[in-house]
Amino acid sequence: MSTAAGPTVPSLSGVAARAGQQTPAADRPVKIDAQHLNFYYGDTRALEDISVRIRRNIVTAFIGPSGCGKSTFLRTLNRMNDIIPGTRVEGKVLIDDTDIYGPGVDVVALRRQAGMVFQKSNPFPKSVFDNVAYGLRINGMASNRSELAGRVEESLKQAALWDEVKDRLDDSALAMSGGQQQRLCIARALAVRPDILLMDEPASALDPIATQRIEELVYDLKKAYTIVIVTHNMQQAARVSDYTAFFWLGRLVEYDRTDKIFTNPSEKLTEDYVTGRFG
Amino acid sequence: MSPSTSLRASPSTRLRASPSARLRARRFEFLIEWALFLCALLSIGTTAGILVVLAVETFAFLREVPITDFLFGTEWTPLFATPRFGVLPLVMGTVLVSAIAMVVALPAGLLSAIYLSEYANPRVRRVIKPVLEILAGVPTVVYGYFALLFVTPVLQRVVPGLAGFNALGPGIVMGIMILPLVSSLSEDAMQGVPRGLREGSFALGATRMQTSLRVVLPAAFSGITAAFILAASRAIGETMIVAIAAGQQPRLTWNPLVPIETMTAYIVQVSLGDTPQGTLEYRTIFAVGMLLFLGTFGLNLVSAWLRGRYREEYA
Ligand SMILES: Nc1ncnc2c1ncn2[C@@H]1O[C@H](COP(=O)(O)OP(=O)(O)OP(=O)(O)O)[C@@H](O)[C@H]1O
Ligand SMILES: [Mg+2]
Repeated sequence: MSTAAGPTVPSLSGVAARAGQQTPAADRPVKIDAQHLNFYYGDTRALEDISVRIRRNIVTAFIGPSGCGKSTFLRTLNRMNDIIPGTRVEGKVLIDDTDIYGPGVDVVALRRQAGMVFQKSNPFPKSVFDNVAYGLRINGMASNRSELAGRVEESLKQAALWDEVKDRLDDSALAMSGGQQQRLCIARALAVRPDILLMDEPASALDPIATQRIEELVYDLKKAYTIVIVTHNMQQAARVSDYTAFFWLGRLVEYDRTDKIFTNPSEKLTEDYVTGRFG
Repeated sequence: MSPSTSLRASPSTRLRASPSARLRARRFEFLIEWALFLCALLSIGTTAGILVVLAVETFAFLREVPITDFLFGTEWTPLFATPRFGVLPLVMGTVLVSAIAMVVALPAGLLSAIYLSEYANPRVRRVIKPVLEILAGVPTVVYGYFALLFVTPVLQRVVPGLAGFNALGPGIVMGIMILPLVSSLSEDAMQGVPRGLREGSFALGATRMQTSLRVVLPAAFSGITAAFILAASRAIGETMIVAIAAGQQPRLTWNPLVPIETMTAYIVQVSLGDTPQGTLEYRTIFAVGMLLFLGTFGLNLVSAWLRGRYREEYA
């Protein structure tokens, strides 16, 4: 697999495989199990033989330089890449032991199960209430108005936004601050009761205070959700995550407990990256 | 030459034009700028001239016919021995044909925009869009005879009591004519909706249809409305189709099966006839033209305002 690696790349073969064994026996069951995943944009391979086991109810951080495939990999986990024409997946992604790329998989149900929060917050140009209610409505998840309102309130509370917006549920979501918009997007994702939360640089466009709120939220949410978070911010990865995966040029270089990745990585490449001695 | 340039002995100093050549070039630039400005002025001037003529003749007309008779009168018989100058029948004819056109063009245009913007893959879109735009380039006189000689006869087989000249046939054909406009402008508006909104919707488990109807359409609403209004204004101002196929009988009716006359068709009728200049009959066309202008101009303003607002939303 590492034939095209070039001289600067240390032998990567087997890293991912070894990572599995090096991982200290986690007490949590595996939630997402990617096996030998390749991903192509047209003819360009963006992911190369990724194998990783993400465990339940912990936070896993994806780090790596820009363009290394973090977002691409994250988006294979809820099949968001399906909507990009000309893309192709090889390999398997098991979620709760079911291959999400297998035949007969209900993509709608999958996306409901694996909620996603984007780098650029993307509230719909609707009211705060309607933003959170959107997923419930399209999926027919609330049978009447009061149930809907209850679920909306519950989700906003989970996203630590309720107190700030409870008096302005009918205001346009676009009138809120950037940090509030991002928490609204988190609430929107939580409303359809996923059990996985995929977050692609959710705080990269936010100020330190808003970022801290998101981080606290992630910390709270991991009790109930399996969270994968992409971040460029090493401190953030170190603060919020239990496990960290380091990607480089479309490959998974190292995957281990976060403290190990940041203090005592097994790969030179990882060490160079987390210490900022890179490129 | 300034000391700083003479100090630099780079080859580029040799390429520099002499001061007099530079002066000549600048004077030339100046002339060009003025010529372009005059061209712009000319087109504005022409428009202003047309407006002035319209206004002058309209005022002359309104000195003889009270404005209330003109605007609210229900009979339009300016060429009769006892002339009546109530413009409502013409307005109604115009509204009727345009409404039929919109009923055809809106759903079809919107569906085709949704298809092009949300479903078609880029390769299909690249083929279909130009084809639609060619449809918009067909001369309207062709559409006019298409309405008169093909659509109306076909309709007569299924619609009893449809006259040879009527509002229905031209209305439908006019709808086909403005369909590319509706489709193209609506698609532009939908393309302007950020991709992130669609992804947000898909990520919640929405289907393509749900995403199109519940996220993209509302988000593009003002842009799409602007497209509709522009199309309506085009329909109201359209002349050839109705002049050829709708008849020349100003009639205050909502019945699409009988001959009617629109404002534009009336103007054509009088312009082509032998009404002497300077008479009241002749001036009617300016009064009607003024009304038509104000109507379409107002619609275009609303449309431009909506499009501006839409652009602001996603700046
Ligand atoms: N829609 C696309 N079409 C074609 N190539 C793409 C597309 N999206 C991403 N790529 C390519 O795939 C590779 C991985 O991109 P990806 O967005 O996953 O990187 P990333 O690690 O998330 O980077 P960043 O940190 O900048 O977000 C890059 O080389 C990128 O150019
Ligand atoms: Mg990314």
